[in-house]
Amino acid sequence: MTQPILRVSNLTKTFTMHLQNGLHMPVMNDVAFEVFNGECVVLAGPSGVGKSTLLKLIYGNYSADMGDIELRVGDEFINLVDADPRLILDIRRTKIGYVSQFLSAIPRVSALDLVAEVAQNWGHEEAKSLEKAQTMLARLNIPERLWHLPPATFSGGEQQRVNIARGFMGEHEMLLLDEPTASLDAINRKVVLSMIEEKKQAGAAMLGIFHDAETRNAVADREIDVTSFAVAA
Amino acid sequence: MSFQDVKPLLKVEELSHYYGQQLGCRDINFELYPGEVLAIVGESGSGKSTLLNCLSTQINPTMGKAYYRFADGRVENLYEMSEADQRTLLRTDWGFVHQHPRDGLRMGVSAGANVGERLMALGHRHYDNLRSTAIDWLSRVEIDADRVDDAPRTFSGGMQQRLQIARNLVTNPRLVFMDEPTGGLDVSVQARLLDLIRKLVSDLGLSIIIVTHDLAVARLLSHRIMVMKGGEVIEQGLTDQVLDDPHQAYTQLLVSSILQVGT
Repeated sequence: MTQPILRVSNLTKTFTMHLQNGLHMPVMNDVAFEVFNGECVVLAGPSGVGKSTLLKLIYGNYSADMGDIELRVGDEFINLVDADPRLILDIRRTKIGYVSQFLSAIPRVSALDLVAEVAQNWGHEEAKSLEKAQTMLARLNIPERLWHLPPATFSGGEQQRVNIARGFMGEHEMLLLDEPTASLDAINRKVVLSMIEEKKQAGAAMLGIFHDAETRNAVADREIDVTSFAVAA
Repeated sequence: MSFQDVKPLLKVEELSHYYGQQLGCRDINFELYPGEVLAIVGESGSGKSTLLNCLSTQINPTMGKAYYRFADGRVENLYEMSEADQRTLLRTDWGFVHQHPRDGLRMGVSAGANVGERLMALGHRHYDNLRSTAIDWLSRVEIDADRVDDAPRTFSGGMQQRLQIARNLVTNPRLVFMDEPTGGLDVSVQARLLDLIRKLVSDLGLSIIIVTHDLAVARLLSHRIMVMKGGEVIEQGLTDQVLDDPHQAYTQLLVSSILQVGT
């Protein structure tokens, strides 16, 4: 029987806000689901229900109170809850990628180098990496005159597409997608959809948030309703 | 080789320092691995500078041990080494970038001599080689080669700080301590310096322990973070996890006190 790439069980997350007199904000409870290679699973539910929180727990931006987030590496499952920071960083380099709509700006590095850097990290030689980066930027309709400029000066949409280029340039087996298509125009949204389809074909697993119903229907192999994990307010 | 097989460069155990009755820092325990950047954050008086000075053997702590792994695999407790050996370590295998360039540079001698000095301490004597190495390092920290004979006192603050970094990195240190390296600089100059440090760290695979009160600096440069308050480490972990999901009241206060710029 096929093993999932990601197995979440019994996961609980509460935020304690010390600056608000120690207010406890339970966000989710008893989260359990699995994701398999070659599928795109969409997290569904209204805003504020904890979809992004769930992605951040898996990526290690947030720490879980309880439960397990297990990633399959070969035949073994590695628990990411309370893992050594070095393990989390290693997993982010080699296994789990994260694509959000926001570019974390690094000053003075050109768009082309930012994207090529990812390919190089995945073991491609410099020339090959630049070539792959050019192909990717062209595919996402970033004008060639911008390639050698740092994205800090780009429009919001262009920055977002540079970020998507970086996210999809990696060869992670598991991708977390936090509204990668939000505020993209129809043409570029289609490009991203076809990139998601190619990742699926290549056997990657994706877990994502897509607010736009049309996009969601186009990419989702199945949906997980996060409302069912939410702690009643 | 998996990262789990890598041995720590530095292992600190139950380190405490008191100035007389006054607490400097207490019960510090951590490990630093090759290629890791560790940020120590906290406000003035939190003990972060005391800790940095203990780790870099400028203070011998009241209690505790710090085991350092040399390039040849030998491991020694820093505080059982002779002062001469500690000084040699600081001049060769380590670097120390001070907040004020005047504390880390010799302001009256040329930029080239500032960079060459540490090499000479290692026995390099050939003038042409020293000079070409110095010029190479100046260019790596974005200082024009034609400034090689100028004294750092003629440089801007940002250039002085870049020169201090070159002076420290020329001996290929394995561990570099940094004390508020961007502290006294204008914001635009800070950004350039941070970007340079980030690039050098990843190119050279350096281990760095950086003390800063600036969480943005910690986020940009470090893999791991230790938050200090009242001489103790109150929270530590993966940098983005500590900053995005802080658990301690004090860390939450620190994080909520910074201006949100971008994401």
